[in-house]
Amino acid sequence: MPDDKSALERATNLQGMGASRLRKEDARFIRGRGTYVDDIKLPGMLFGAMVRSPYAHARIKSINKAKALAVPGVVAVLTADDLKPVKLHWMPTLGGDVQAVLADKKVCFQMQEVAMVIASDRYAAADGAEQVEVDYEELPAIVDPRLSMAKDAPIIREDIADKDNVSHGPRTHPNHIFTWEAGDKAATDAAFAGAEVVVREEILNPRVHPCPLETCGCVASFDKVTGQLTVYMTSQAPHLVRTVVAMLSGIPESKIRIVGGDIGGGFGNKVPVYPGYVVAIVASIVTGVPIKWIESRIDNISTTGFARDYHGVGELAADKDGRIKALRFTALADHGAFNSHVSATKLPAGLFSICTGSYAIPKAYCRVDAVYTNKAPGGVAYRCSLRVTEAVYLIERMMDVLAQKLGIDKAEIRRRNFVRAEQFPYTTALGWTLDSGSYHAALEKVLKAVDYDGLRREQAEKRAKGELMGIGISTFTEIVGAGPTKVCDILGIGLFDSCDIRVNPTGSAIARLGTMSQGQGHATTYAQIIATELGLSSDEIQIEEGDTDKAPYGAGTWGSRSTPVGGAAAAMAARKIRAKAQKIAAHLLEVGEGDLEWEVDRFKVKGNPSQAKTMKEIAMAAHTSNLPDGMEKGLDATEYYDPPNMTFPFGAYVCVVDVDRFTGESKVRRFYALDDCGTRINPMIIEGQIHGGLTEAFAVAFGQAIPFDENGNHLGNSLMDYFLPTAVETPHWETDHTVTPSPHHPIGAKGVAESPHVGGIPCFSNAVIDAFAHLGVTHMDMPHTSYRVWQQCKASGVNKR
Amino acid sequence: MGKKHTVSFKLNGKAVDVVVEPRELLIHTLREKLLHTGPHIGCETSHCGACTVDLDGMSVKSCTVLTVQCQDSDVLTIEGFEQGGALHALQQSFSEQHGLQCGYCTPGMVTRAYRLLKENPDPSEEEIRYWMAGNLCRCTGYQNIVKAVQHAAKKLAAAVPNRAA
Repeated sequence: MPDDKSALERATNLQGMGASRLRKEDARFIRGRGTYVDDIKLPGMLFGAMVRSPYAHARIKSINKAKALAVPGVVAVLTADDLKPVKLHWMPTLGGDVQAVLADKKVCFQMQEVAMVIASDRYAAADGAEQVEVDYEELPAIVDPRLSMAKDAPIIREDIADKDNVSHGPRTHPNHIFTWEAGDKAATDAAFAGAEVVVREEILNPRVHPCPLETCGCVASFDKVTGQLTVYMTSQAPHLVRTVVAMLSGIPESKIRIVGGDIGGGFGNKVPVYPGYVVAIVASIVTGVPIKWIESRIDNISTTGFARDYHGVGELAADKDGRIKALRFTALADHGAFNSHVSATKLPAGLFSICTGSYAIPKAYCRVDAVYTNKAPGGVAYRCSLRVTEAVYLIERMMDVLAQKLGIDKAEIRRRNFVRAEQFPYTTALGWTLDSGSYHAALEKVLKAVDYDGLRREQAEKRAKGELMGIGISTFTEIVGAGPTKVCDILGIGLFDSCDIRVNPTGSAIARLGTMSQGQGHATTYAQIIATELGLSSDEIQIEEGDTDKAPYGAGTWGSRSTPVGGAAAAMAARKIRAKAQKIAAHLLEVGEGDLEWEVDRFKVKGNPSQAKTMKEIAMAAHTSNLPDGMEKGLDATEYYDPPNMTFPFGAYVCVVDVDRFTGESKVRRFYALDDCGTRINPMIIEGQIHGGLTEAFAVAFGQAIPFDENGNHLGNSLMDYFLPTAVETPHWETDHTVTPSPHHPIGAKGVAESPHVGGIPCFSNAVIDAFAHLGVTHMDMPHTSYRVWQQCKASGVNKR
Repeated sequence: MGKKHTVSFKLNGKAVDVVVEPRELLIHTLREKLLHTGPHIGCETSHCGACTVDLDGMSVKSCTVLTVQCQDSDVLTIEGFEQGGALHALQQSFSEQHGLQCGYCTPGMVTRAYRLLKENPDPSEEEIRYWMAGNLCRCTGYQNIVKAVQHAAKKLAAAVPNRAA
């Protein structure tokens, strides 16, 4: 008998969408029982340690393994020559280039992988790595990307020197990778020529690193008898990795199993395929025993997954009232020594063309020139979709630059240029169709909450006394959820995602998805989506991801795509099950399907609500003989969801900083973040994601950068130098929200985790620079360390007592 | 490589003996020889605190302690917090206050917070932030970790009279 609790009570008991239910994954983590890759220990397992280049650019004259092989415990030393017979000394990158797995006669960046020592344990492997003798002939290095395409610049990539195209169009110099552009250049130039006001600013997004607390690593295990390769790996995209490994190794994809396990944070670092993974796989194939390779923190910051390094130029053309007529953004992109940056095939500069932001800008043109330098390869999206932080940083900074030029308030200039609520869906001058938004309402809510007018009055009083106080505003639009397969593919594979749900006879269910949690709480939120769609308790819905032998094919978790694509797949798969359940209910109740209506957890007969079948009852019936004629048994469904569009979450942030003009210290006094990610699945998890994203934005704005000397030597690649904020520096966050559902998403949800990072960084910068605005300062590059801000105080002459 | 030594200590209340080289770090002994994989490795330079354990009543980063230094010591790791099937108040509070996401820093955070509350049972937010500054988290922005520690402090304070009674 169906229970007769009220619909509201039953809905609450499901702990479905909208509930701040506690996380299912916590039980193992709070007991120290997660299974991260370095926790894996297999019988006979050996350990691999990398030998890395001390030079940024050098020829390898010889490698002598003899001393290393004599070290107790050392089993093998692998170099490029050892990988050549199996053609694995080079690998294709996700950016359409190739990358040396182990250096082939030449190293092109400091810390490049030269050899791997395989030994009985990590101590013996490290001992062996120290004894590998490599004879180098140093070459001049290019560190500054602005010098890469000079006539007499040393050629970094001799292996492709004669290629006039590396996957993304013609090259004009051996160190040139691609030039990509979007928009109408001629119309934009014309709008600039006739504009009343033009502003221009050079704006750098420095080289940074996502630096998750767990570094990258893997355990590769090849079984010579069955021909099966299992790789436990820190991967945000296990299926894509499986495909790459199959392409590389020639092993049938059906015999490759990638297992993500628990991942200690990703933030983009764990999307690409790195040389360490490949060498470990080869070593396992060669030795027949499992091989573990785990990065040290210095290896991690030095070699895998840097982000940004975009040298931008922003230009806006406007009328005297601050109404923008045209936008022209260009960037010189430093991709390091190999173009292994993760991009959809047709989008080599990622989603940079979202750079028109939240504003109705009639004409726009953008262009990115990517070059090689003697720095680590990569260019991952650090808590953003690729190149979105760079784009949003440019437009949100340029809005302030324009406001200052015209003497218009920085909130007002945004109001005057916002896409208005009634204009959605709105197609930008660079071709994106923003799905939904309510920008004015979001900004006004925030300004009221922080008493913006009061803050500006306080600032004026402080300025009169010579004190520095800054108010930063960021009203950003993000682009997440890659993506529609007609636009987005990697290695030819469309970026759809998938969900496979099986409902058990007793009414519990298991769902498997092609995404991969790294802390986002998917086991909880996907269960909530399915709970609401199917009327089953989220407590009894088990979620599995990351094991390619179990989950259906999907592109993984990055670019805030899990809710927009994976979440949509979950909802659609559940709806297929509900459609079948409705047929079964009609059969059991002996009515037509059209006579039934859905209520929380059951189908009931219209006008006769006591006649009803709950989903639990239907689940049991689906496994009996009492089914409509010809209907298959079971209550399962699989959905491969190809999104019709990206989703466009947005937000309005305000940051207040007090700058000590004598020391340059910036203290974030207040940070108010309003986010709109459409329908909210679990408010507690959303708030946690926003706290984390803001903290990572704070890190980038105030301290993170990977510096090099003129020879390409790292000047800061451990946590001694690389800034990860502690609880002491991290500000207190205030969060708020509005809800503007996505019209094209099955449950109206957009992504959320990257918004605070993308929108937060310009908000911090705008606040720091606003503190100096009355002194004529229009821009200061990140990171806003005390020393750099103090230099500005000195230059502006405000540091005198 | 040096001569191997037998080291005896208490791990979560149980006597253990391990044979290690003098250079072996406690974190590696715990994780690889004693299969206590709760404490994690995040930096190897004692900055991140993922490897935090409680050693003779002090929070230490086990990536910078030699196992041979632990003879006759008392070592507490995250695996020792659950007693008789009951979670420690800190473990409950981290979950209830959403003080964790990827879980990698969590064992170190809980272990550090345990010692903090032993030394300061009623800490202010500022004290928690300072006293936890040796433990890095990349996911949560610390706000909910602070709440979790405060929440646990209240639970523990409420439990004390009962225990005495």
